Amino acid sequence: MSTLGVVVQVVLLIVVAPYLVGVMRQVRARLEGRAGAGAGQPWRDLRKLFRKEPMSPAGSSWVFVAAPAVLVASTLVIAAVSPFVATVSPLDGVADLFAVVALLLLGTVALALAGLDTGTAFGGMGASREMTVAALAEPTILLAGFALSARVGSTNLSAIVERGQQSPGAVLSPATLLAAVALAVVVVAEAGRLPVDNPSTHLELTMIHEAMVLEYAGRDLALVEFASALRLTVLLGLWANLFLPWGVATTASAPALLLGVVAFVAKVAVLGAVLAAGEVFMAKLRLFRVPELLAGSFLFGVLAVSSSFFLA
Amino acid sequence: MSPDPRTYASRRQIGVTAHGLSERALALFAEGYRLALVAAHDDGEGFRVVYLFVAGSPDRRVELILRTDRAIPSLATLSFPAGRFEREIGDLFGIEATNHPLPRRLVLHQHWPEGWHPMRHDAGPPPPFGDIDEPYPFLTVDGTGVYEIPVGPIHAGLIEPGHFRFSVVGETILKLKARLWFVHRGIEKLAEGKVLADVLPLAERVSGDTTAGHALAFCLAVEEARDWQVPEQAQVLRAVLLELERLYNHVTDIGALCNDVGYGIANAHAQRIREQLLRINKHVTGHRLLRGAIAPGSTYVRALPEPGVLAGIATDIQQLVDIALDNSVVMDRMAGTAVLSAEQARDIGTLGYVARASGIDHDARRDHPFTPLTAGVAAPAHTGGDVLSRLLTRAAEIHNSVALITELLSGRAALGAETTKPTWLARGRTSGVGLVEGWRGTIAHRVEFAPDGTVSRLKIVDPSFFNWPALPVALADTIVPDFPLTNKSFNLSYAGNDL
Repeated sequence: MSTLGVVVQVVLLIVVAPYLVGVMRQVRARLEGRAGAGAGQPWRDLRKLFRKEPMSPAGSSWVFVAAPAVLVASTLVIAAVSPFVATVSPLDGVADLFAVVALLLLGTVALALAGLDTGTAFGGMGASREMTVAALAEPTILLAGFALSARVGSTNLSAIVERGQQSPGAVLSPATLLAAVALAVVVVAEAGRLPVDNPSTHLELTMIHEAMVLEYAGRDLALVEFASALRLTVLLGLWANLFLPWGVATTASAPALLLGVVAFVAKVAVLGAVLAAGEVFMAKLRLFRVPELLAGSFLFGVLAVSSSFFLA
Repeated sequence: MSPDPRTYASRRQIGVTAHGLSERALALFAEGYRLALVAAHDDGEGFRVVYLFVAGSPDRRVELILRTDRAIPSLATLSFPAGRFEREIGDLFGIEATNHPLPRRLVLHQHWPEGWHPMRHDAGPPPPFGDIDEPYPFLTVDGTGVYEIPVGPIHAGLIEPGHFRFSVVGETILKLKARLWFVHRGIEKLAEGKVLADVLPLAERVSGDTTAGHALAFCLAVEEARDWQVPEQAQVLRAVLLELERLYNHVTDIGALCNDVGYGIANAHAQRIREQLLRINKHVTGHRLLRGAIAPGSTYVRALPEPGVLAGIATDIQQLVDIALDNSVVMDRMAGTAVLSAEQARDIGTLGYVARASGIDHDARRDHPFTPLTAGVAAPAHTGGDVLSRLLTRAAEIHNSVALITELLSGRAALGAETTKPTWLARGRTSGVGLVEGWRGTIAHRVEFAPDGTVSRLKIVDPSFFNWPALPVALADTIVPDFPLTNKSFNLSYAGNDL
């Protein structure tokens, strides 16, 4: 029965991820006074791209072809093991904070290598910028994770989520709030959203994530686009369940799973809408200010860890 | 007998020898003149090069006319734009500029065969592309960690083609080389031997966003050449159309600048306002880009713009600019980015809002007015030379444009006026010059008529020709991700530059 939870969770994330991107674009369009293309547009784009032939640039190696698969696979593993819908899972032992951070980084590195593999200036430029952002963002994830796990005495994500459900008051503790702020900044940076990166720009020279994937076409591009939507969903889902753990199924029964699904969709949709609405009022930071922003989030992480020891 | 066989009321023509050219030019520069245009002419028995110098308040125009067989002395050490004009003439006419400090090709790319000069009368059809006999001389920057980023000529967005070569360390730009000239359509050559009615559409299409500006500069040139008096009523309408063109382009670019820093909501609203302005254009002239209203000797519109509506739009855009600049990140991206100092702006010879934002006050509406009503345009208030100053200068110009339109339309409500074409008196070659403050800056057209009344030569200078070299200068020591923003703040025409 607990296997069912994993299957439901993976299928749900696959279906929801492109819709999340669609909802966010739609929210943004409406707030800007535009009609928007509708929440289903990312799925329609993916269907179109999956039917098209992939092309590899001359001189690129297997790294370029393998990267989208690695990216999607690593993100799917996170989708399978982390407690999004249910905390009971046969894969529970893998749902470790370090494993999840490592998997996220694996996808980032795969794409950065693919960017370098194309041999174009943009690929290299994007890879260099992405690595800079990743190097500054990953320590913050770990620190914020420590702040949360110190309370539980385990880095297992399911354990952290279950503990949060048992003692709701802990969500308002200084450590948790500081960690929430730190992680929120990192989620924005990792997902390549404003003010760190502008996912809707056409200006090659300002791109971070998009610059690495400029050479992809057809199925490969569809995989990259899908993976970035899935990554956004996973990051928002993790944030939601770490700080707002209500509704996550702790048993593998059908009603509990159903509630878990509804709660997850609702939380991610609301967070996505809030993020999109926030982006309307935000401009993109000058590239050299991004480290300052991430250093700020790191500081929040440090404070979260300290307060989890001193104020707990 | 180098000058035309007749004289002109507002333009002095002086024949010079190769020997006396630089001395004369130096004297003119000392009197405050700037070089506005250099046009070469293939007269069959030799070449004639005309240097047009202009100065404002009061409006003064002087032409130095030099006859030559194949070489002219270079003025590049006296004036930076002169050096660029000479390279253009070297490519198109095969006239060599002696002692030029940078005697490279400018207009024709390396795959054009050596010795083919399209503007000569005997040039014939374009030859097939040859082998590239010399690679393009990009300056290679050496050093630890220096690498090159080639961008374009095909870009991700819908913009015109241009190749940019960045030499960078990390993200800091050490050197930028802009390689343009991918859109040469041969407009000047197409105009030769045509009657007026066939050349006007060409002038309207020099650069799609500057229809009224180029059409008007062409018409003013024609009217001077043919002593064609235009009724004041028509001149007023022309000034109004010029401001309408300035309005919609300034609004578009303010939105695009906000979009380039990721502030999409400002762009969405700028687009809304732009659409209102384009519909006003359509209502006024029957064409969203203002085509067809201005013609030699006449101007006709279908309706007059409503000053009240325009005032509402000006308030709207001012609010938009205020909201955008209230955002500290937008402000941070624009303030102090890509500064063009006043000295650089003057030395390069920049025009328009690029010059005004650096404190160089050129404005043909005041310096070379075709109607006295525009002579009072306000001087710029923002002179920092950065992206922010260029944006604020344009926001202020929107305000001034609406005020000017309101003033122009007060009490003068005719929908058009014209003077019929003066009877043609065959008395040899005649020429005319038109200077117009288009939204990008001062546009110069110089037209020559053959005795049979056809256009024998049309030389067009878009302000982009003067402003392009300023872009890499302003970008020194900024970072690569700020290039698109800086480029947009200049917003130069690729097509207007490369005729």
